[in-house]
Amino acid sequence: MDLTLSESELAFQAEAREWLAANVPGEPLPSMDTAEGFLAHQAWERKLADARWSVVSWPEAHHGREASLVEWVVFEEEYYRAGAPGRVSQNGIFLLSPILFDHGTPDQQDRFLPSMATGEQVWAQCWSEPEAGSDLASLRSTARRDDERGGWVLNGQKTWSSRATFAHWGFGLFRSDPEAQRHHGLTYFLFPLDADGITVRPIAQLDGEAGFAEIFFEDVFVPDADVLGAPGDGWRVAMSTAGNERGLSLRSPGRFCAAADRLVDLYRERPDPAFRDGVVDAWLGAQAYRLYTWGTVTRLAGGGDMGAAGSVNKVFWSELDVALHETALDLLGPEAEVGSRWLDGYTFSLSGPIYAGTNEVQRNIVAERILGLPREVRG
Amino acid sequence: MRFELDDDQRDFAAALESLLSAADPVGAARAWAEDDHGPGLKLWARLADLGVTSLATDATPVEVCLAFEALGRHAVPGPWVESAAYLPVALGREVDGVATVALPPHVPYALDADVADRVYVGSSPATSVGERVGSVDRTRHLFPVSGDGEVHEEAFDLAVLATAAQLLGAGERILADSVTYVQQRKQFGREIGSYQAIKHALADVRIALDFARPLVLGAALGEVPASAAKVSAGDAAYLASRTGLQVHGAIGYTQEFDLSIWLTKVRALVTAWGTPAYHRGRVLAGLL
Ligand SMILES: Cc1cc2nc3c(=O)[nH]c(=O)nc-3n(C[C@H](O)[C@H](O)[C@H](O)COP(=O)(O)OP(=O)(O)OC[C@H]3O[C@@H](n4cnc5c(N)ncnc54)[C@H](O)[C@@H]3O)c2cc1C
Repeated sequence: MDLTLSESELAFQAEAREWLAANVPGEPLPSMDTAEGFLAHQAWERKLADARWSVVSWPEAHHGREASLVEWVVFEEEYYRAGAPGRVSQNGIFLLSPILFDHGTPDQQDRFLPSMATGEQVWAQCWSEPEAGSDLASLRSTARRDDERGGWVLNGQKTWSSRATFAHWGFGLFRSDPEAQRHHGLTYFLFPLDADGITVRPIAQLDGEAGFAEIFFEDVFVPDADVLGAPGDGWRVAMSTAGNERGLSLRSPGRFCAAADRLVDLYRERPDPAFRDGVVDAWLGAQAYRLYTWGTVTRLAGGGDMGAAGSVNKVFWSELDVALHETALDLLGPEAEVGSRWLDGYTFSLSGPIYAGTNEVQRNIVAERILGLPREVRG
Repeated sequence: MRFELDDDQRDFAAALESLLSAADPVGAARAWAEDDHGPGLKLWARLADLGVTSLATDATPVEVCLAFEALGRHAVPGPWVESAAYLPVALGREVDGVATVALPPHVPYALDADVADRVYVGSSPATSVGERVGSVDRTRHLFPVSGDGEVHEEAFDLAVLATAAQLLGAGERILADSVTYVQQRKQFGREIGSYQAIKHALADVRIALDFARPLVLGAALGEVPASAAKVSAGDAAYLASRTGLQVHGAIGYTQEFDLSIWLTKVRALVTAWGTPAYHRGRVLAGLL
């Protein structure tokens, strides 16, 4: 066991820290879910990319640094410690790119990765539908084969699509074989959100901002070149993102450690012993998550995979995030209801137990795949 | 960067596991509770042969954690934290035979002073040993003692860590036994383990233990204070004990059923070597 960083990892850390200290905006950017804030966040992504910090783990040919998993975790820690802006390009760089690298054609990689790395094209994940939430495999949006034009015609509706209000491209699953059931006969498509036949309708979230949107598809043509993976193989292709989303890449420990440190600062300013336990438990939770992640990184580096442990992870970080922010609001007392970074963080944290697979669904997975208990009865 | 046991550590854990699985530690614990120390002392000697009593002086805190997790998983009775974690560090040498210690106020009684060859208060021999007091854990025989030895901080932290590791082992055992039970017990025509209320409760235990373990090992490596390990392992093991009892129903509420050994041990260890409130206070003091 050895939790020390190597010389080159330390050098990487120092370089990241120095760059971030010099470049992170002094004032927080306006919310990325406003028109102005979206542009400001895109500009920030551009700046990151120019210094090759936007996608550190990608190959050098695609704006990356070929950073190891350890370096990626280190970078995230530095990033959030520096108070840097949220990542407007998250869906693309963390959720879609691993699939593009694994399943994308060279042409798709060349067309999509560069603009994703610079934040020029922001991506939205289009999985959920009004009738297909937790039970994603019951999705109904369709893809009809169009041999003449060499592609597919999409119809149906997607919803709760984060960033879709201002994003440029979407990735999503459609039922391409009407005869097939559930996980079979689904195809993974990439499409511009301004394509003919697509209507994006913003949805105001709890805080009033249009953080997600519903998307209507009316005879939207997608060429074969924009099918990701083999037609009909969409579920398998998509599930490689699900593991990423729940597991490491969606929520690196850096953000929780930074938030826990800020919570300790808040307690120092307002030392109310009634909430002492909440502060300590938030800090312990962030440390547990940090150390747990090093264990995961060690396992992955040794060739292991995330497996159902991603579900253990997801329940833990999402509940930690809520508890941490609740404690901050407790400490703020009657000021808690007044707009603040803590309040924004709190409101956002409330969605954590819902998105990326609800925590109830994750507990089913933990119980079935890790503990070996009987599977759920299905309707 | 490598946060994983190495081969030697894995081998050591496996050797302990096979010794304990074959040794009927539950029988030893039950006998110990009835003042028959024979089987427990025999087990003590075998564990000492394997090196458990020399880990605090000769190995790293990681090995200490591995040993204590195994002791917790198998509910091995006796003053192990005292003899194999606290005293070797406080005295600067391996303890010969069985010894015990009290450190009022956090460790108010000397555990199993009746079987110990030597009884200490801090690093000094106790001046007197009083009348036995009963513990919720029937295998823990507590004795008030007098004396004026000082607390050895480093030794105390290792004892706290060892207790945390023991809690982790006990929590893991309760979870494993509960998972087995809910797959056998049927009600309303199906295994109770197929009910989501049961599945989710046990999943929460899995999650709590999975995130307590890195704090225990992290504390062994000096990344976080020992108090962090104790709070987290205590919470996780306690959740395991509450959930474990609940999913067993009435059978779990009996002394005869072996689960009781771990339920009562966890309750005792949660406040042993510093209460959760004390350790939370210590963590916070270190942060402010
Ligand atoms: C902030 C936010 C951002 C999102 N971003 C995206 C996005 O970018 N792209 C996208 O495609 N989707 C996105 N989603 C949607 C998200 O993936 C879904 O909300 C989620 O999958 C749950 O689906 P649902 O909302 O339809 O709830 P439902 O599936 O209807 O669930 C409602 C309740 O029932 C419970 N439940 C359902 N099934 C079971 C079961 N088998 N056992 C026990 N309990 C069960 C759930 O846990 C939940 O508590 C986002 C959601 C939020 C809140």
